Amino acid sequence: MTTAVLDAPAASAAQSVAARMKPVSRSADTLFRWLCLGMAVGVLALVVLVGWQLWSGAQSAIHKFGVGFLTRSAWDPVQGEFGALPFIYGTLVSSLLGLAIATPLAVGTAIFLTELAPNWLRQPIAFLTEMLAAIPSVILGLWAIFIMLPLLPRYLFPFLKKTLGFLPLFQGPTYSAYSMIAAAIIIAIMILPIITSVSREILRSVPDLQREAAYGLGATRWEVTRIAVLSYAKKGIFGAMILGLGRALGETMAVTMVIGNTPKIAASLFQPGYTLASVIANEFAEATTDDYRNALIAVGLVLFGVTVVINLLARLLLKFGNTQTGAVH
Amino acid sequence: MLNLKSLFSLSVLGLTLLAVGHTAARAQTSLTGAGATFPYPIYSKWFSDYKKVDPSVTFNYQSIGSGGGQKQISEGTVDFGASDGPMNDESLAKVTSGKILHIPTVAGAVVLTYNLSGVTDLKLDADTIAGIYLGKITKWNDAAIAKQNSGAKLPDAEIAVVHRADGSGTSYIYTDYLSTISADWKSKAGKGTSVSWPTGLGGKGNEGVTGQVKQTPNSIGYVELIYALQNKLSYAEVKNADGQYVKPTLESVTAALATANIPDDFRFSMVNAPGKDSYPIAGATWLLVYEQQKDAAKGKALVAFLKWALTEGEKQAKALDYAPLPDAVQKRVLDRVNTIKY
Repeated sequence: MTTAVLDAPAASAAQSVAARMKPVSRSADTLFRWLCLGMAVGVLALVVLVGWQLWSGAQSAIHKFGVGFLTRSAWDPVQGEFGALPFIYGTLVSSLLGLAIATPLAVGTAIFLTELAPNWLRQPIAFLTEMLAAIPSVILGLWAIFIMLPLLPRYLFPFLKKTLGFLPLFQGPTYSAYSMIAAAIIIAIMILPIITSVSREILRSVPDLQREAAYGLGATRWEVTRIAVLSYAKKGIFGAMILGLGRALGETMAVTMVIGNTPKIAASLFQPGYTLASVIANEFAEATTDDYRNALIAVGLVLFGVTVVINLLARLLLKFGNTQTGAVH
Repeated sequence: MLNLKSLFSLSVLGLTLLAVGHTAARAQTSLTGAGATFPYPIYSKWFSDYKKVDPSVTFNYQSIGSGGGQKQISEGTVDFGASDGPMNDESLAKVTSGKILHIPTVAGAVVLTYNLSGVTDLKLDADTIAGIYLGKITKWNDAAIAKQNSGAKLPDAEIAVVHRADGSGTSYIYTDYLSTISADWKSKAGKGTSVSWPTGLGGKGNEGVTGQVKQTPNSIGYVELIYALQNKLSYAEVKNADGQYVKPTLESVTAALATANIPDDFRFSMVNAPGKDSYPIAGATWLLVYEQQKDAAKGKALVAFLKWALTEGEKQAKALDYAPLPDAVQKRVLDRVNTIKY
């Protein structure tokens, strides 16, 4: 055995092993490559297919209502009049407001976790924020109905009215808690984990050199975070916000449970609203006429469009931001 | 080891034989249905009880909503559909594969539930209900409400109106009622599973409306009678066509069914039915089947099931909080079921 290994045939044996190995590994490589390509193409095809399905399903509605579908605010299934404007408004306002509430919280948490928290505290807090993502939407909605909503007219609404009441956003009757604000808060809770964990990764990837350099210049901890860390991570955090916004736009169940489902555009955030996703979830099952069903599919197409447009805008902003502040790198 | 292995293969063989023997012993008929969610509890009870009558028939029912039920039976993708509202002429005209029959099964009522501290007994007449939902009566101490409820301490507060946000048979019955009693409502909103509500907040499902009513002081909303009974909600007495204030009960719904004007195609509305015991806000639910069945075996099984459901099945209705069909109506429906050809 040992002599055979030491002998001259050893080299040829090794060669033959290599020869035997090569074709196998090569074909596996090709297979792997095609498999991955197939999966990537599959995902792309899925997006295109969804878009196409929505487009073709909404054709007759587009034909019938035209561009007016986007600008009209009447939604009357009995008369067959459909306009998506209140839903577009509700979707954008609740999502952006939710994002505005969630971003400071998320970025604050991320900064605390990467820059300030003692080691023993990092893991538990990170774990808890991620746990938030695991709560099913409908459970959050129920929690909102029974715990959160009763508190709003008692504490939050009077406070907002007193401090920001000069803005039309915070005027008007406040007897019902089912409102745009309630929806925004729920959305904020739901997108908090994703923004936090992505921001945390971004902040973690900031090179220590940056921090040390800032400390070296005599910066305080806040100054280090602001100058060295945040400006470096700005783009990444913006990306995290866009991810969160993407989730917010399509969020359905919990929002439906608290937004009040009223297709009207009200200046006040204390008033109820309606979102694109909610109206589909609410009305599709009992839509009895073809026009009605097509209008709801068209609403789906609008939601798809809004999501795509927002993402494109975000990309553009990111690109624009890159040429302006790219010097940070 | 070997023993265990052979035991395993033996048992697999045995199970296979059993399965083969089972299917060979009697032909299974599987009936597929889809539609309304409101009657789903009683339908599923019927389907499981019917196994004892005829074990060879199995049911597969998807409670996807009345809209889906109407669509699927129209396209012929299910053996029977179910709907909380009758199909309209336009939808029926579009069906090319045969004539669809409406088979009423049970009825339910819609009740007005409210949240008024200190008021346990509320009486409302048709004009008041329409006024509240049109946004014309906005305060609880409005003269229209006060004069029907002398003695009740009605607050000087805005009425928070709650309605269903999701399309539903409950909304259909309720708006059917409002359209019948108020010309103003008929022209402004009309009837349907979803309408353009002149005022109020939308809650998703009976639970959503109930939640909003419970959370919002001085509110009013409407839910299914079953839901109100099972959750012990307080609800209003409603003045009927004969001028009597009637509490919604299974009896007052069946009374309304008995006096309602029911045409031969059974596409009827039973809101605001005459008779002093009739509760005015009620509606039936229907099974939708083709008059000419395409598959003889399925058709035979379906007719046998419908006959059983309309006789034996009806007896279970009350226990599940549904109002059964009165005898006279039941007989007429059975006669119609007998005309199904297969």
